[in-house]
Amino acid sequence: MKQSLLTVISNSALTSNVYELKLSGIEGMNIRPGQFVNVKTDGNYLRRPISVCDAEGDILTLVYRVAGAGTAEMSTWQVGKKADVLTELGNGYDLSAAGDHPVLIGGGVGIPPLYYLAKELKKQGKTVSAVLGFNTASERFYEEAFREVCDDVCVTTADGSYGIKGFVTDALPQNPTCSYACGPTPMMKALYRSLACDGQFSLEERMGCGFGACMGCSIQTKSGNKRVCKDGPVFRKEDLLWED
Amino acid sequence: MGRLSVELCGIELDNPVIPASGTFGFGYEFAELYDINCLGTFSFKGTTKDPRFGNPTPRIAECSMGMLNAVGLQNPGVEAVINEELPKLKPVFHKPVMANISGFSVDDYVYTAKKLDAEDQVGWLEINISCPNVHGGGMSFGTDPDAAYEVIHAVRQVTKKPLIAKLSPNVTDITAIAKACENAGADAVSLINTLLGMRIDLKTKKPVLANTTGGLSGPAVFPVAVRMVYQVHKAVSIPVIGMGGVSSAQDVIEMMMAGATAVEIGAANLVDPFACPKIIEELPAVMDRCGIENLTDIIGIA
Repeated sequence: MKQSLLTVISNSALTSNVYELKLSGIEGMNIRPGQFVNVKTDGNYLRRPISVCDAEGDILTLVYRVAGAGTAEMSTWQVGKKADVLTELGNGYDLSAAGDHPVLIGGGVGIPPLYYLAKELKKQGKTVSAVLGFNTASERFYEEAFREVCDDVCVTTADGSYGIKGFVTDALPQNPTCSYACGPTPMMKALYRSLACDGQFSLEERMGCGFGACMGCSIQTKSGNKRVCKDGPVFRKEDLLWED
Repeated sequence: MGRLSVELCGIELDNPVIPASGTFGFGYEFAELYDINCLGTFSFKGTTKDPRFGNPTPRIAECSMGMLNAVGLQNPGVEAVINEELPKLKPVFHKPVMANISGFSVDDYVYTAKKLDAEDQVGWLEINISCPNVHGGGMSFGTDPDAAYEVIHAVRQVTKKPLIAKLSPNVTDITAIAKACENAGADAVSLINTLLGMRIDLKTKKPVLANTTGGLSGPAVFPVAVRMVYQVHKAVSIPVIGMGGVSSAQDVIEMMMAGATAVEIGAANLVDPFACPKIIEELPAVMDRCGIENLTDIIGIA
């Protein structure tokens, strides 16, 4: 974990309530795909945990949905604003388990961390498929970015207004070697039931600190009590207690 | 003794700053961030006889200038604390640590206290009779003077280490509980634990916390804590450890002026993991500005 004062270099709306924030100024950035940052916002006591969408050079990209007071405040940030950010939080995805043909499956604002993962997997020469699920066409973001990086991208919308009508489980590729997922819990549980291959699931839980001190975000797993923020947010499919 | 040094029940602290239980784990993870030997000491995660997962999630909520938690004493149990957690702490922390103990019966408290009393790393036993997030234990002992007396008296029989009773603010008269603990043989009292609170989600129209209620901490509770530390300091002759929303060197000094011999810092660690070393570093300059030579000069000066 590192505490940094970063500078906003852009903060733009991708949809009506999803924003892309670029921050510069991390020295010696050492962020793995699937890790997150914890952002101090003005007027709110606790920080806001946000997944890392990309980390390149000294520029950190976060894609966040305005969900409450903290992210609403973030959406007003102007270029040049200084932000107090804790970085390098959480375990991140294990890339060594990918195999030759991993599939990345994201739903809504669960999609951003998979972008950085896709880039890193492509650097390793993998054949990367992505399945991106949205509610409706107007909520889409980052489709083109994924198409530039991945070998195959499939978009689903729940209302059928774009791509395949249905959910990510309706568009899974044949025989992937490993799955990497992030999205709402009902989506993840559906994947848990329908995926035959190994999987790594990034979970979300309401956090206090984001770095393992408060025990606010604990879950029970097959290997005992785990903190989503410190022992996760990425958990292996076989470790989750989601059978029922 | 340096300008910042204080004595807590016969053990000298380099400074009065003590991360509070439940905000610092068992310390060694913070040792990856900074040298935790800069602290006066710290109070480790509330430990019970048996392992506990705690309450269902969500167990964190937020409010203006503070937070609510309903963790419910998640901990690996005293055996694992002794066999796994304390050995990890040993190479990175060379001072006596404060052991924080909770229970659901007098026997529970005694069992856990006896085990931790045998550990050389442990300097003090802080008996939590004030956890608002568990049922049939914790706070139920700390809201009645007779029950508080019974627990502290029983633990007193099994330890020669300094015994600190951690008190709940969720009472009409905290001085009555403090006096009962003093009469039962406590060497100090620490206060305040969190204030019982609740938030409701306007969208779901339901409580934010799965446990419905939780303990409020953070700057929002600071004036309540200062008042209670002031009252208890006047009512007892044992040292008082002040806590509740302390977030700055100024707050530490204010708490000591109210009567605190040492100061625990809780929620601030969760928002800024470097809060404690920053406060310790800032103390001398703030003391200079306030015309304070030694911190021991201001204890209870208000």
